[in-house]
Amino acid sequence: MAATELKRIVIIGAGQGGFQAAASLRQEGFAGEIVLIGDEPELPYQRPPLSKTYMKTGDATILPLRPESFYDAQGITLRMGSRVEAIDRAVQRVMVDDEPVAYDHLILATGTRNLRPPLPGIEHCLDLRSLSDAKALRAALSGASSVGVIGGGFIGLEFAAVARAAGLEVSVAEAAPRLMARAVSAQMSERFAEKHRALGTMLRLADPVAEISAKGLTLASGKSIACDFALLSAGVVPNTELAAEAGLSIENGIKVDTQLLTEDPAISALGDCASFPDPFSGRLVRLESVQAATDHARHIAKRLIKGAQAPYRAVPWFWSDQADWKLQIAGLAAPEDRAEELPDGTMLRLDGERVTAVETVNNAKVHMRSRKAMGQGTPLMLEDFAALAG
Amino acid sequence: MAKITFVQPDGRRQTVEAETGKSVMQVALAHGIDGILAECGGAMMCATCHCYVDDDRTGTASEGEEDMLDCAEAEVRPTSRLTCQIKVSEALDGLVVHLPEADE
Ligand SMILES: Cc1cc2nc3c(=O)[nH]c(=O)nc-3n(C[C@H](O)[C@H](O)[C@H](O)COP(=O)(O)OP(=O)(O)OC[C@H]3O[C@@H](n4cnc5c(N)ncnc54)[C@H](O)[C@@H]3O)c2cc1C
Ligand code: FES
Repeated sequence: MAATELKRIVIIGAGQGGFQAAASLRQEGFAGEIVLIGDEPELPYQRPPLSKTYMKTGDATILPLRPESFYDAQGITLRMGSRVEAIDRAVQRVMVDDEPVAYDHLILATGTRNLRPPLPGIEHCLDLRSLSDAKALRAALSGASSVGVIGGGFIGLEFAAVARAAGLEVSVAEAAPRLMARAVSAQMSERFAEKHRALGTMLRLADPVAEISAKGLTLASGKSIACDFALLSAGVVPNTELAAEAGLSIENGIKVDTQLLTEDPAISALGDCASFPDPFSGRLVRLESVQAATDHARHIAKRLIKGAQAPYRAVPWFWSDQADWKLQIAGLAAPEDRAEELPDGTMLRLDGERVTAVETVNNAKVHMRSRKAMGQGTPLMLEDFAALAG
Repeated sequence: MAKITFVQPDGRRQTVEAETGKSVMQVALAHGIDGILAECGGAMMCATCHCYVDDDRTGTASEGEEDMLDCAEAEVRPTSRLTCQIKVSEALDGLVVHLPEADE
């Protein structure tokens, strides 16, 4: 459908990606109606500070992506606190608050929710996904002297560092044998494990949590961790139910093509909830990052409004702040990609001779140069890498 | 509070009252200034808050900031700064911030 025929674009999910889609559609010159529907009560906000600055300071004024006036000025109809209950593809409309809203194009930006494994006592755990979760967690922090963190991924470790700095006794229980196992090399996991131990955090690796009580955690090994409260940060599940009920394919996320289109030409999907083909390997990947959400959104806006046909191929990047360490990752490694450490501490991930990802700590220079080099359209090879770091 | 003036590439000027303690980037977003996207929310990861600031009072860019600026979309000049790294204080009253040409 040509841009001129699009009268109303509806976006489900008013988080990082949904917001960006609305903003980019206007930036590309879309003059029609934009309806941005989100089930959270707040203006669209950023999540990364929830486990970083906001967790430390409690200052929520830094969170909104834009002030309310932005949506008025841009003519974006923002429906906060509204949940889309169903998509009717045959007649191109969604049901929200029992009211049908028609669309010419629909963008799914529903994100993820916390995984809650069926463990005994799971109801004792707090989450860290939304601002309301973060508020509850801050309240728990202020009265406590110890905390147990279930899951040694980015969010759990960022929180652990903040809690430790606030003087709490912190224990992290991770089922896998190493921290951040899905995302970084074994060497980087080890460096961060040493860092957290040096901060005084107790790490229990390869020992999944078996049970939770008001007094603490019991691990599979039988060991127990006494704590005043527990954070559950053991991964997320993509919000794909709406799409699945509408008959769209789900493969670890809402399946989209190189144009970020679902099988229905009137429906795109982006960000945390979308599985898209990695431009290099072709395998379907789902990324949970600000970069993916915003770059996807821009790509979709360009396609819808300018008719751009180029496949999506933005370079993935990610960061995590843990105490005074900033981990930065450029590119995307498959779990089996080998790792090679450079003298300056940079970790390269390699598929054959191709650099798939570059992991650095407090080294913005190498990170940015890697991002730039990976964005040139040709694969970045190991032999070309040395020239970059210079 | 401090007055900050944002100047668009076409010369359009907007002067706003900036809250001290916030970053210049946060002030720009709060006042709907065009041209500052701030996609990473001030984490020094995106360089989409890049501006030109010719004023000694803001100090100089840190090493990490310089490294990010290297890869900014718009032309990088000696006055280039990431506005998320400039903190507003009373001492910055009257600051003038020039926005770069939009990319593309
Ligand atoms: C604590 C924390 C720290 C993070 N730190 C980093 C970081 O350092 N760097 C980084 O790159 N990324 C980080 N992330 C990840 C990043 O925030 C996400 O990747 C990003 O928000 C994804 O954007 P999205 O639009 O896909 O989803 P979201 O921002 O999650 O937005 C989805 C929205 O859709 C809403 N929704 C779902 N279903 C419906 C429905 N049926 N009707 C209406 N609304 C619906 C949800 O409630 C939600 O508001 C962090 C995330 C968290 C939680
Ligand atoms: S807001 Fe991203 S670098 Fe300043």
